[in-house]
Amino acid sequence: MCLAIPARLTELLDAEQAIVDLGGIRKQVSIALVPEARVGDYVIVHVGHAIGQIDPEEAERTLAMFGELAAAPAALETTP
Amino acid sequence: MKYIDEFRDGDLARKIAERLHDEAQGRSYSFMEFCGGHTHAISRYGITELLPANVRMIHGPGCPVCVLPIGRIDLAIRIALEHGAIVCTYGDTMRVPASDSLSLVRAKARGGDIRMVYSATDALQIARQNPQREVVFFAIGFETTTPPTALAIRTAHRERLSNFSVLCCHVLTPSAITHILESPEVRQYGTVPIDGFVGPAHVSIVIGSAPYEHFAQEYRKPVVIAGFEPLDVMQAVLMLVRQVNEGRHEVENEFTRAVTAEGNLTAQALVAEVFELRPSFEWRGLGEVPYSALKIRPAFASFDAERRFGLGYRPVADNKACECGAILRGVKKPTDCKIFGTVCTPENPVGSCMVSSEGACAAHYSYGRFRDIPVRVEVAA
Repeated sequence: MCLAIPARLTELLDAEQAIVDLGGIRKQVSIALVPEARVGDYVIVHVGHAIGQIDPEEAERTLAMFGELAAAPAALETTP
Repeated sequence: MKYIDEFRDGDLARKIAERLHDEAQGRSYSFMEFCGGHTHAISRYGITELLPANVRMIHGPGCPVCVLPIGRIDLAIRIALEHGAIVCTYGDTMRVPASDSLSLVRAKARGGDIRMVYSATDALQIARQNPQREVVFFAIGFETTTPPTALAIRTAHRERLSNFSVLCCHVLTPSAITHILESPEVRQYGTVPIDGFVGPAHVSIVIGSAPYEHFAQEYRKPVVIAGFEPLDVMQAVLMLVRQVNEGRHEVENEFTRAVTAEGNLTAQALVAEVFELRPSFEWRGLGEVPYSALKIRPAFASFDAERRFGLGYRPVADNKACECGAILRGVKKPTDCKIFGTVCTPENPVGSCMVSSEGACAAHYSYGRFRDIPVRVEVAA
């Protein structure tokens, strides 16, 4: 029910509407709840409305954190 | 797709699992994932298999379809069949069993004008196109789904759309989490030691991480807000294990790419303008939960379907054989229920946990039930 998908905003339209790109599929959504969204931003789409935005730097940081985790046990294994 | 595929990397998941096995030592850990979205991810991506044996996930009541009580669906059916209105609803609610062997889809077969919509905006459009008909939007969902409903009501108000109304069944996450720990039924079912919570993903985008602070402090339970992708869940479990090991009970945020402390203030302001708290609301499987739901403010009363059609709420008891109440609290597992997978299946759900694919029983039925039987592999000579 609470499923929502990150989609790239490709075009701003009138009346707080916008076109987003979902892996090649174009869809019109409402951006009334994220009025600050701009073309190129990734918004999180839920029941036809963008309800939030992806912070690209934080996404990188989270992925890097997974990566560091991946490195740590390997380092432990080298010391018997 | 960007921001999805990277968070489903199997190699990374196995490595986080290794770290979890290293750190989850010397005791058992029970964590509740509140959201159905997490329940679904845990079953679908095989996270259960990746977790150490001493880390158990308890599937919480965070699936709005599952916790929707029969009496509310009866109301929607009455609006369609007795009042002749067009009832618009999200697809999730169509098959939920209601009284008299009915469901919305069966009521539709009996001639009710019940239409599945993708968005509250679609329901508004149907109202504009049918000015001679009453159009009711059957609004369910947590804080994620509430702002779009609020927006539809405000738009209808501005357009003076006189044939549109909303049957509001929006429920609130933090009060339900609290209820799990302190409700009177805890005595009846016994307590399950819950060591921490995986906090909601998309709900938290709207409400932020701050509303869980009080809860974490008062009940001394760690909360880690996590995204719905499998790596997010694995990482959140690791963060919970660390909090338990270090004796901390804080709100941590794994889903920082989308969740801030304060949340979406535009959405919150809109919800506050249109809705107010209900003193009490029935949750299927949990019973009456105080201050756990929203109703439409008097300023928007003409858009409130309950007032418009003079609907009185009648609670309907669940099937006696159903163990949903205990399962939603983590006291029992789906397989402990006598009717799981036999009488009660996703095609013919009896209890709330089997209704939506995000329910604990439906998720286990779809992805996990083969784990319950020994698998014998015959190798050809």
